[in-house]
Amino acid sequence: MRLPWRPLSGADWAAVCVLSGGSALALLSLLPEGSPLHVPQFAVGLAGKYLAYAILAVAVDLVWGFAGILTLGHAAFFALGGYAMGMYLMREIGTRGVYGNPNLPDFMVFLSWDHLPWYWYGFSHLPFALLMALLAPGALAGCFGWLAFRSRVSGVYLSIITQALTYALMLAFFRNDMGFGGNNGLTDFKDVAGANLHQPGTRAALLALTALALAFCLLASRAILGSRFGALLVAVRDAESRTRFIGYRPEHIKLLVWVYSALIAGVGGAFYVIQVGIINPGEFAPGNSIEAVIWVAVGGRGTLWGPVLGALLVNLGKTLFTGLLPELWLYALGLLFILTTLFLPRGVAGLWRAAKPAGAAEVTPEMTSADHEAVP
Amino acid sequence: MTAPIGTPATPSSLLYLDAVSVTFDGFRALNKLSLVLAHGEMRAIIGPNGAGKTTMMDVITGKTRPDTGEVAFRGVDLTRMDEPAIARLGIGRKFQKPTVFEHLTVRTNLLLSLKGGRQAFAALFARLTSDEAGRIEAILARTRLAPHANRMAGALSHGQKQWLEIGMLLGQDPELLLVDEPVAGMTDAETMQTADLLRDINRTHSVVVVEHDMAFVRALGVRVTVLHEGSVLAEGSVEQVSANPRVVEVYLGR
Repeated sequence: MRLPWRPLSGADWAAVCVLSGGSALALLSLLPEGSPLHVPQFAVGLAGKYLAYAILAVAVDLVWGFAGILTLGHAAFFALGGYAMGMYLMREIGTRGVYGNPNLPDFMVFLSWDHLPWYWYGFSHLPFALLMALLAPGALAGCFGWLAFRSRVSGVYLSIITQALTYALMLAFFRNDMGFGGNNGLTDFKDVAGANLHQPGTRAALLALTALALAFCLLASRAILGSRFGALLVAVRDAESRTRFIGYRPEHIKLLVWVYSALIAGVGGAFYVIQVGIINPGEFAPGNSIEAVIWVAVGGRGTLWGPVLGALLVNLGKTLFTGLLPELWLYALGLLFILTTLFLPRGVAGLWRAAKPAGAAEVTPEMTSADHEAVP
Repeated sequence: MTAPIGTPATPSSLLYLDAVSVTFDGFRALNKLSLVLAHGEMRAIIGPNGAGKTTMMDVITGKTRPDTGEVAFRGVDLTRMDEPAIARLGIGRKFQKPTVFEHLTVRTNLLLSLKGGRQAFAALFARLTSDEAGRIEAILARTRLAPHANRMAGALSHGQKQWLEIGMLLGQDPELLLVDEPVAGMTDAETMQTADLLRDINRTHSVVVVEHDMAFVRALGVRVTVLHEGSVLAEGSVEQVSANPRVVEVYLGR
């Protein structure tokens, strides 16, 4: 009775919309400036930044919405991915820096270092940097998750530890002798893979690539959540001890989704830095991780498309609001979170589901596909 | 009349508890409890609140570590194993409060419980086999849940959740089933159906049932162990234990 076709899920639609929307913006930005459909450069930059944030939101939702792990430190994985990309972009500057040193980035010359630290080796190659943008967050998440989940740390305690993790990393990256540019971080990037970062063509291509990365994350996550593993995630979220008495090890299930989520966050960070043009320790600030949780809450956790919408809406709101009343933005964000929690516990996605026939409301779109798998 | 308390494990014993003690903050939940269950046996455990019934289940399934004493299943020491390891060894447990996976369908609940691979990574690539599908259908029929197969488990009635949990135990197909208050909140008709189901399950599995409902215990018609203050007060048939003056005293108060 297996369906010969599968109806497009929310995640599929989100992937299609993100990909077509991102590419359309990118193409329109290449039109001549006089054209009525021309998209200005700042809009391309903003859109790219929002999409990178949306990747982070998907990562947060995978662990919070589907596995019940409220993370307040996911920006750490995002920032690590960003630093890996930033290190490559620093090496790409070459002799065009202020000091013109062919071997060392400017900040190292400024600190009177005479050689490149070992952990900067290899970062002049883009593929290596991309690999590290995945490996660094993945390895950190692996160590952290292995220790935390096997000790059965969960709930608010885990949330606090994740917050401490990102805070500790922020303090560490602030130090000049860490070798990551200290307070100022990494910036002044010139080009990527030989293409000038300030050319409209490069920026349009980066926007389209970010959209592609987000779409890929959505589809890969949909496949994972639709598998038997996805059903296990929901089982662990809803009745963790029960899974143990059936013979599963929830710590392994959580660790797997935790590491996968960190990899996605790292990808988001890499695309963020390349388009925003700077990465500094401020990206590890605890508030950033909390903001990501708010995007997911507003959009609707437990669906894949909700967080994407939430990240785009809240950040668009932030851009508009901070332009008008910058000092009031944090209050507005706090109020938004409180109102969402009180009146829209399932976020914007919950509104959509409420509009559908009764009964369907309890099914997360992803899980219906898992159930198709269970139908012989 | 009394059970062979303190006797060493014989080849016929499946579960063997000897002088097990558990203390929580000075409260002795189990006090030198000894119990032997034979292969293929069904045993009912009764006792007033606080007698240690649930703690005994916790010790057997690895949730609680005993302070002293021996717990063995098929000769394997359980006191050093955690819950998943014990479950994989062949001990299944149904909780007092039905705990099913509310946001998954009845069918998916059963699928996750089916005996087989338990590796998280392998679950990413697991495909439903026709063997698994057949086993799920059989359990659905046996637990009368076939009409509800595609409903969310959270939408089931209390009694149906109890049956789903028993169905999940069937899927797990453990050698020993520990069943904690299976008929709590059930109608009389459902209670008798459950007794029938458990007797049926007992044909191929060993079972330990904890229950307050004496009509249900009577319907099971099996050997009864009475717990009181963490140790065994009496053991025997329903008639024997209900005629025991010490049991009457404990149940009716002094």
